[in-house]
Amino acid sequence: MNDVVNALVVLIVITNFLLLGAGWLRASVRIVALQGLALGLLPLFVHPGGLTVRLATIAVLVITLKGIIFPRLLLRNLRELSSVRAITYYVGPMPSLLIGILVMSSSLWWGYILPLPDQTGFRLAIPMVFFTIVTGLFLLVSRRQALMQIIGYLTLENGIYAFGVFFAQSESMLIEIGILLDVFVGVFIMGIMVFHISREFDNIEAGQLSTLRDWFRNRRGLSSKDSET
Amino acid sequence: MKVNLLSIAHIVLALIAAPLMLGIINRTKAVLAGRRGQPLLQAYFDILKLLRKGAVYSRTTSWVFRAGPVVNLAIVIVGLALVPFAGSPAPLAFDGDLILLAYVLGLGRLFIVLAALDTGSSFEGMGASREITFAMLVEPALLVGLFALSRLSHSLSLSGILYTSGVTGWSIGAPALVAGALFVLYLAENARIPVDDPATHLELTMIHEVMVLDHSGPDLGFVLYGGALKLWLLGALFVGVFSPNLAESGVWIREGFAVAGLIVLSIAVGIVESSMARLRLLKVPQLLVGAGVLSMLAAILVLG
Repeated sequence: MNDVVNALVVLIVITNFLLLGAGWLRASVRIVALQGLALGLLPLFVHPGGLTVRLATIAVLVITLKGIIFPRLLLRNLRELSSVRAITYYVGPMPSLLIGILVMSSSLWWGYILPLPDQTGFRLAIPMVFFTIVTGLFLLVSRRQALMQIIGYLTLENGIYAFGVFFAQSESMLIEIGILLDVFVGVFIMGIMVFHISREFDNIEAGQLSTLRDWFRNRRGLSSKDSET
Repeated sequence: MKVNLLSIAHIVLALIAAPLMLGIINRTKAVLAGRRGQPLLQAYFDILKLLRKGAVYSRTTSWVFRAGPVVNLAIVIVGLALVPFAGSPAPLAFDGDLILLAYVLGLGRLFIVLAALDTGSSFEGMGASREITFAMLVEPALLVGLFALSRLSHSLSLSGILYTSGVTGWSIGAPALVAGALFVLYLAENARIPVDDPATHLELTMIHEVMVLDHSGPDLGFVLYGGALKLWLLGALFVGVFSPNLAESGVWIREGFAVAGLIVLSIAVGIVESSMARLRLLKVPQLLVGAGVLSMLAAILVLG
């Protein structure tokens, strides 16, 4: 059991590094799907009590949502935006990887000063959680495309979910399903937004979203001058 | 220091059989491309042919240029004495020899690079610059990976680390990660595809081949032979990480396992070379940093 959990934790850490080094949008979506699958399997092996209906339901839900539905939504989005393939960066993949190493080391230190209260078996769990959360945040700010921000958001959420898996022994199933539903709606709406933005503007660069406002005015036949009130 | 006859025999075996690995790689590539391919022993023919020829030296070169291939070959043979093969300890085994191995490889590279710079050709200077840039990323990955294995096996000597208990014997994570990193390093160190393409000479993005452009005759033969020995040397290291604990098995099983491992490795390299193109030069550091990350993860897993 412990070995499997460790392998899954390592897999999640590796997917984080892959996300940091990825150069293609499509690849990033696949990597985040892999991360979702690993996360879905995690609760089955973490809890010592063995397989219960509650755990199985959550695992199945997480795997379908994060491993199948989200990637499908995003990949469909990507198919529509056939002109956009490569990720554009504020911080390139090489510095991102090096920053990743730094974050990983500091996560280990955080894990050392903030140990889990009861489950002492998984000493890599807390560092992995911090690393995943920070990776998500970093992806949010360091990539230019709106689609990568969805992926950053998903990674961030994955980290928080992983924390729940290790920390909350008996979280109510209702809450977990509620959170999953929230994330689902979030990704759904963001996907639709990105699609519409890209259709109107022919790009999904986050840096150019500020032009949205002027576009709206122009569309109503107002120049930016006479709307200065 | 215990020197047994078998360890010496392994060095002789390496000296004799190393160019065969080049043959297997090329044969794999040929078969996958639907060709008959060159004979398995082509590398031997090439080396023998080159050794019979005379060498041409440019007037701008000094003794450094002539020393390069010879020193490199000598250094690789020293390396062979450091790496254990098939479970018997290496002839030169001592605590900390893994650090010496990293620097022995570095020294061999240094002399090839100096010889390239000595020609005064800007083309070779470019290759030298790239070689050193990539080596800078390879070395930490190698050392950290070996450190992780050393910590796992509680030994500071390569003979204690390798061929003791393989990926299956240890907990899942660390050795598999190190093996992944070592495979990338194997391709990078031996100048194979995705890092470098050994099949072409005159492209602006070449690394290793560019540096040895001015060598001719026996010198080029030495470079070729040194390259083949390096394939064997690092291959023995790689197989050693995978090998289960064979201490109780008979001699022939151990030898058979190691040799079969090297053959499988050569075929794997051939498959990689036929199935992918060389990476863009700017992407190579990313690959090597990726290997470093794998090594570091392995180290993190075994610590604590």
